[in-house]
Amino acid sequence: MFVKDNMSTKDKLITCVIYTVAFSAISILLLITIFIFRKGAPLIFKIGIPNFIMNKTWAPLGSQYGIFSMIMGTIWITAGAMIIGIPLGVSCSIYLVEYAPLIIRKILKPIIELLAGIPSVVYGFIGVVMLAPFIRIHMGGPGLSVLAGSIILGIMILPTIVGISIDTLQAVPNSYREGALALGATKWQSIYKVVLPAARNGIIASIILGMGRAIGETMAVIMVTGNSANVPHSILDPVRTLTSNIALEMGYATGDHQQALFSTGIVLFIFIMIINTNHLLKIYFYYLLYLPLQFFVL
Amino acid sequence: MADRLYVKNLNFCYGSFHALKNINVGFKDKTITALIGPSGCGKSTLLRCLNRMNDLIEGIKITGNIFLDEQDVLSKKTDLISLRKRVGMVFQRPNPFPLTIYENVSFGLEVHGVNNKAQIEHIVEKSLKDAWLWDDLKDKLSHPALSIPLDQQQRLCIARLLAVEPEVILMDEPCSSLDPISTMKIEELMFELKKKYSIVIVTHNMQQAARISQYSGFLLMGEMIEFDETSTIFTNPKNQKTQDYITGRFG
Ligand SMILES: Nc1ncnc2c1ncn2[C@@H]1O[C@H](COP(=O)(O)OP(=O)(O)OP(=O)(O)O)[C@@H](O)[C@H]1O
Ligand SMILES: [Mg+2]
Repeated sequence: MFVKDNMSTKDKLITCVIYTVAFSAISILLLITIFIFRKGAPLIFKIGIPNFIMNKTWAPLGSQYGIFSMIMGTIWITAGAMIIGIPLGVSCSIYLVEYAPLIIRKILKPIIELLAGIPSVVYGFIGVVMLAPFIRIHMGGPGLSVLAGSIILGIMILPTIVGISIDTLQAVPNSYREGALALGATKWQSIYKVVLPAARNGIIASIILGMGRAIGETMAVIMVTGNSANVPHSILDPVRTLTSNIALEMGYATGDHQQALFSTGIVLFIFIMIINTNHLLKIYFYYLLYLPLQFFVL
Repeated sequence: MADRLYVKNLNFCYGSFHALKNINVGFKDKTITALIGPSGCGKSTLLRCLNRMNDLIEGIKITGNIFLDEQDVLSKKTDLISLRKRVGMVFQRPNPFPLTIYENVSFGLEVHGVNNKAQIEHIVEKSLKDAWLWDDLKDKLSHPALSIPLDQQQRLCIARLLAVEPEVILMDEPCSSLDPISTMKIEELMFELKKKYSIVIVTHNMQQAARISQYSGFLLMGEMIEFDETSTIFTNPKNQKTQDYITGRFG
């Protein structure tokens, strides 16, 4: 179907190979999706969607499979990570591209990107031995908490946000900056009013990727959040996320319990899908990012 | 008539490269002055000294004086923001901001602290009218500026400059990316603007310099070879090099 008669034999061969590879990549993804839904969907329908999503009690031994507390846990932790990661990441990239001397940018950017290569268990370890005790002693609560998880995740997503934001900011033509400065704008005015709007889509993309990473992160989160399956009421409470729930219990779960973990996976899957259909989020982040920034200028 | 902008013994180096050598030149009010010369002779460099845009480049050295009225532009104490408000610049390639047409024109006003909405609206309209864009764009004010044709973009860049009411307008080959008809429109516009502003234009186009300017300066290898009334430069130059250049023997 894709191989045309007027192609040379070599072209035909290469076309076949390329399409085979492309289709197998897509079909593997498709198979995984089907597998998760086949395994997880029956339980959801058995206990009912509202009962699964809105029920706060997760007690596999008592056949209670409500994941509301985990959904809330994921939302809290992700929101916290974004609150920490976005301002840090975006301002860091603005500094590196607009203010820092070239040499500093050249040194720092690879180092920040290197942070992405550190295994998440190392972040978790630092969180357990340093951050959690600090929070316990100075702020109260058990230490292993929403706050600890948010801080660790906020740092973990920095390389994603900084790396892509820097590339986008660098791609903004210099003529925009010159045009603004030549009109008598200050450096910050030129950045805030011209460069950032020009780089908006790329920065939002970096944030969305970072957010995807935050939602999916498991190991570090398990280590620093305490993992109790309760709806958190403050940032000092321990929580369990959707990913932690799957990772913690998959090893020994059987029957309905195992199916419930696949069902959790479906919810996680839907979360990720929502994030990546980002038209809504673009508008949302516009207000999250730009309205607060406006206060700096006034 | 006194010079609005006066350059005295200006020397300029990019690192070790001596780009401008002892330039002396004055630009009069309500006059178009053209800077001509072959590629790389330092026309843009001279122009960018006048509003200190060269400050953005690292490793430059600059000596001499540039007076705007009585004030030395090159002095450390010069407030770049008010300088650039008074001495505006139009670039070679149209560079409207990736914002709406309206925001492009209101940009300068907001930057310089005009907050009154009605006033901004009024000035935006007036500036677009002065740049002959109002009829074309009045229904498209909220459209992205990058969506309009190139010559309108260039006039939009002029409009956003007019909004901050500069005294001197610097233009670095403003027509080099435009077709002849758009070029003609910009030239006519410059003629109109000349009534209020002092304009300095860099151009590669000899006919353009002859058509629109009252004074011309010929630069070669960083030196101001000759500066005189345009008619003199083009009909009766004193320097052989000028003669050679305008008759197209090199450059
Ligand atoms: N940022 C820079 N660093 C080092 N040298 C530069 C820089 N900008 C320009 N030059 C050099 O200074 C000289 C004058 O440059 P300038 O841009 O002023 O020339 P120009 O007369 O405007 O030429 P053109 O007609 O091509 O625009 C050139 O030889 C150029 O190579
Ligand atoms: Mg030039």
